[in-house]
Amino acid sequence: MRPTSLREGTPFQLIIRFGKTVRMSKLTKNTVRDSLSVALTVGAYGVAFGAASVAAGFSVLESCLFSLLTFTGASQFAAVGVVASGGAAASAIAAATLLGTRNTLYGIQMAPLLRVRGVRRVLAAHLTIDESTGVALSQAPRGVTAMREGFWITGTGVFIFWNIFTLLGALGAKALGNPASWGLDAAVPAAFLGLLWPRLQTNFLRGVAAASMVFAMLVTPWLPAGLPIIATTVVAVGFGWRAR
Amino acid sequence: MWAVLGATSLLCFGIKLLGHVVPEPWLANPRLQRVNALIPISLLSALVVAQGVMVKTHVVIDHRLAGLAVALAALFAKAPFPVVVVAAAVTSALVYHLH
Repeated sequence: MRPTSLREGTPFQLIIRFGKTVRMSKLTKNTVRDSLSVALTVGAYGVAFGAASVAAGFSVLESCLFSLLTFTGASQFAAVGVVASGGAAASAIAAATLLGTRNTLYGIQMAPLLRVRGVRRVLAAHLTIDESTGVALSQAPRGVTAMREGFWITGTGVFIFWNIFTLLGALGAKALGNPASWGLDAAVPAAFLGLLWPRLQTNFLRGVAAASMVFAMLVTPWLPAGLPIIATTVVAVGFGWRAR
Repeated sequence: MWAVLGATSLLCFGIKLLGHVVPEPWLANPRLQRVNALIPISLLSALVVAQGVMVKTHVVIDHRLAGLAVALAALFAKAPFPVVVVAAAVTSALVYHLH
């Protein structure tokens, strides 16, 4: 389903839409099945990350630590992507952090639902990603308990599969050698395109994407490597400044 | 490398935790939310360009663009994510070796 307008499109509503999409696709009949099928599917993308990370020059161990410790896919891809394009460490860190800011908004949604303290709150924070939040919100018709289960099972499931597949991808890429010879250098931008695609639901959002691409291409010759990627947040600020 | 890994992990966890401990009204500013919703789109778009058609500071059209074109076609055909990535890799590798 494609919403025709995101006129009132706060991130919260976007999540709720994402959740509905998961539910409406009738992947499964109950919360556990919803959670595990999302976890396995999304976790398998870890192969792409492991391969991209090794292709960017990170070791297998570093690639695995990324998935264990950073554990938010788009940010991980961004960090290794900026490093691969010759960017400075600060640019890689900034790009990854900016991409992770949506998790803050997910946390604000999940905290009142989960009502946990101490170690469990720290665990909940680490598992706060697109998928755990999306599945939790999609379980709303089944009640609060189902929402909580959806969050924990999806979050834990993605964590397990994402890390297993990262290791497999990293080992695979290491065994393959020259990234270009196996198309890994194209697989990384294709992965970014695949992450971008489901977000382009309206002409406005497609316009933001197109403007960002042109902007990045135009400023790249003038800025140090890696910085153009961060600089495109200017486009996001420009388009998001005024209410639509 | 280790600095990127350490700082990225620390900051990404920090901003996740922030959402769980900060009272909602603090981040409820509509402008902040609008911009925040657009940031992933801008950054991912820039990353597609940086990784797909740039080498250092120059636009370079090579085998990667062939891979990206196939990825785009696969996305239009509603192919799942792994298919998109593998199709791009196979196409790019073929063009790389034929060239």
